[in-house]
Amino acid sequence: MSELELRELQDTEFPIPEDLQNTIAITSLSRLYSWSRRSSLWPMLFGLACCAIEMIGTAASRFDFSRFGMEVMRATPRQADLMIVSGTVTKKMIVPIVRLYNQMPEPKYVLAMGACASGGGPFKEGYSVVSGVDKYIPTDVYVPGCPPTPQALLHGLITLQKLIDGQSLARMDDVPWYGVGPSEPAPVPILGPDIIDPRQMELIRQQAERAALGAGKAAERAALGAGKAAERALPDVIVASNTRGLEAPETVGTAATGVAESEAADGEDPEKARRIAKRLEARARLAARRAAKQGGA
Amino acid sequence: MTEVVAEAKGPEREENLNTAEAGYQSLKERFPDAVSDDAREGYSGILVDATHLPEVATAIRDELGYDYLSSATAVDHLGLEGECLEMVYHAYRTSGGPALVFKAQTDRSAAEIPSVTPVWPGADFQEREAWDLFGIQFPGHPNLKRILLWEGFDGHPLRKDWREPYYEEEHKPFDSRWPGGKVFRAEETNLFGKNVQYPDDFDLGQLADVSDEALYSGLGLGVNVEPLANGSSNGLQTDTIVVNMGPHHPSTHGVFRMVTELRGETIHSLEPVMGYLHRNHEKIGERNAWLHNMPFTDRLDYISSMGNNLGYALAVEQLMSRGARYKAPPYRAEVIRVLMAELTRIVNHLWAVGFLLNDLGAFFTPMLYANNTREKILDVFEAAAGSRLMCNYMRFGGVYKDIPERLRSVANLVNDKIRDLDFMQFLGELVRDAIPRAIDELDDLLTENEILRTRCEGVGILPAETAIAYSTAGPLLRASGVAYDVRRAEPYSIYPDLDFAVCTRPNGDIYDRYLIRIDEMRESVKILKQILPLLEQTAGQEIMPGGKPGAYMPRVPVGEAYGRVENPKGELGYYVVSAGDPKGPQNPWRYHIRATSFINLTVLGTLCQGHKVADVVTILGSIDIVLGEVDR
Ligand code: SF4
Repeated sequence: MSELELRELQDTEFPIPEDLQNTIAITSLSRLYSWSRRSSLWPMLFGLACCAIEMIGTAASRFDFSRFGMEVMRATPRQADLMIVSGTVTKKMIVPIVRLYNQMPEPKYVLAMGACASGGGPFKEGYSVVSGVDKYIPTDVYVPGCPPTPQALLHGLITLQKLIDGQSLARMDDVPWYGVGPSEPAPVPILGPDIIDPRQMELIRQQAERAALGAGKAAERAALGAGKAAERALPDVIVASNTRGLEAPETVGTAATGVAESEAADGEDPEKARRIAKRLEARARLAARRAAKQGGA
Repeated sequence: MTEVVAEAKGPEREENLNTAEAGYQSLKERFPDAVSDDAREGYSGILVDATHLPEVATAIRDELGYDYLSSATAVDHLGLEGECLEMVYHAYRTSGGPALVFKAQTDRSAAEIPSVTPVWPGADFQEREAWDLFGIQFPGHPNLKRILLWEGFDGHPLRKDWREPYYEEEHKPFDSRWPGGKVFRAEETNLFGKNVQYPDDFDLGQLADVSDEALYSGLGLGVNVEPLANGSSNGLQTDTIVVNMGPHHPSTHGVFRMVTELRGETIHSLEPVMGYLHRNHEKIGERNAWLHNMPFTDRLDYISSMGNNLGYALAVEQLMSRGARYKAPPYRAEVIRVLMAELTRIVNHLWAVGFLLNDLGAFFTPMLYANNTREKILDVFEAAAGSRLMCNYMRFGGVYKDIPERLRSVANLVNDKIRDLDFMQFLGELVRDAIPRAIDELDDLLTENEILRTRCEGVGILPAETAIAYSTAGPLLRASGVAYDVRRAEPYSIYPDLDFAVCTRPNGDIYDRYLIRIDEMRESVKILKQILPLLEQTAGQEIMPGGKPGAYMPRVPVGEAYGRVENPKGELGYYVVSAGDPKGPQNPWRYHIRATSFINLTVLGTLCQGHKVADVVTILGSIDIVLGEVDR
């Protein structure tokens, strides 16, 4: 261990004699844990799309991320603690991705590399693309870019290291894996007529019921736009997002480098209320535009 | 030791053109009831009555000699003249010349067209794709199931009346984004807060994931111990086991999946499974304006974005050239295009060779050697186009920007100094020195390596006839001894003026597929050396017609076009259709990509039969696929 690292670890008021400062550091268990985790991140050897090419470029000799303690890329999830989601996540692929995530031992981290993994990217509107991997698994760091340059990816990885540095054993919210009892696996989506998130089963059932009552899909769309049905439907979305134990859809897709927002707060949160209002507004706008178009046609 | 076959160029093209016309004529005479001219404005080729397609196709192959089916794809003509679904086929002769285009139409409500796989097995995956995305049935197809989406998916998304969950409008730019610029997030308009929609009559009680059912049902799953074939009772018995590789597997070059059925250690059958990176290029491409699609093409074969750009530009220029005010790309633009295309070829082959060695077990070291030179070429791309990988550099009529004077990159610090180099000097050293040295180095280290030779020689042999029948392209085809290269067979840009050879190798095994990439890199260097003086001679000339940047929303005349280029991985084709109101929104009606990687995989199953699992990995590596192009 280098002198520098020792100094970084030093975390106490307790005086250490001058001549021992190069060999001894006194620190907290929490710091030591975080330090050892952040200094040997083992990413999973796992490429999805174009971003993977830049990830390989980052691993290769010119940029070389082993300088930051992550040279050991593992092909099996059981030996990895960092999943770099490097590319477009499709509906067909999210199923194995969630499984792989569940197979990783804790503590584990997810880095969404590029616009696609963060929020759908250029292919977001595509019918078989998942708009951001965080719709299904919790994500720690988002790296913007299409593709992010190796430098940006390195920056994202260093951001992740900082995030780990900031985690404390004392705060169980930070490090759920040191809590009591087994942790919940992320629910694996199902491929039906479209991809099905098990956490939204109730919502899907309600939609089917509404449809059975005579309101066809088109009618529902119109109603949604008019705002009335939207109000009826919205609480469902919120219920669904609260039960999933992950981030609510409102917080996702902010493709900014840095640490993701933590879990969405409760329904009383004024921030959330504001977002709901914004969403209703957006729907109304869309409906008005559609109506205007149809009227014109 | 390089075996090269130079092909005739120039006058022969004229003759071939005549034979294409003569082909249409003779088909009309032979099948007067079944064959007619495609008389729609802007269209070419012949319409074949669907019920007679098998006979006509056989005649096209056997009597007219069009042995190579390049592309087979569907178009939905909903709302256009004669509302129907149409299959469009482009067949070529491996001896060169233009395409013979024929089409078969079918009713949208009960779409059915006889399969042409008995004539050209290379149509296999393409017909499966047409079934998957358009819902056309192909009687006679051996294995018609979904290929890019999963079994159980609701609907056939490339039909014009199918709408995606985030549907906003038919055409871009969407009102919400431009010119008003009031952006909202698509999630906000979806009931589920994500990119999903379910049919109205969707019954959760019936929910069953059948996506893999069809895949496994045909395989010998479970314990099935059989005595040896000769019936001997020496106690040796074999069992069939099914081994799944991928989509998460380090040897599959991305998210590709192979389901293998093993007898002992030997592959009895192998089925490629794809679609794990299906990103709807084609549906999005129909919503986009013409120019919008250029950056999307970057993301097809994301190792060779410059080549993809070129193919798309050529296809659209073909259409635009029918307009009155069209001007061809200036000479300097063509020179720059070829420069970039050939650099791309080197980038791709370095990558391919590096990864082939990875697949052989030399994990990452050869890759690091190969990547060093590749990074230098990426610097050139970055200086010219602004991006290392996703160059988005070509435009209709030229290129986006002239090559820069300086190669200055903040992103590339060397000992904390920003590099500031003369671009032409950097390029010159690269072409004359660094690249040839890197190729020689790889050649020295690898070609005679004993392990490489033992693992590769005589493994995964692809005979020439099979290679042609399965529509393989690029190095895969040429390593089987077929001297087919679009740059010579149907020349484009300034290739007719350049001196280079079409490399071939006779054996068609993995080793030859490795060698041919080394050969082709050397030929590319030869081209680049001819390009350098041309760049200097044309310095300062315009790079777009009239020196003006191209239109943001170019007007594209009605009709169809098929533009193709010899991309590093093989023939990359774009089939584009323009329809509708010349004053209305300008979008492609159909934007189809003839993806080499996708079609080259058709032969994988056959190629792997009888080999061991470890060989499958190398065979796949030697085909050199990229999933962005396979799944699109
Ligand atoms: S963010 Fe861009 S480069 Fe990365 S996977 Fe998506 S499209 Fe490809």
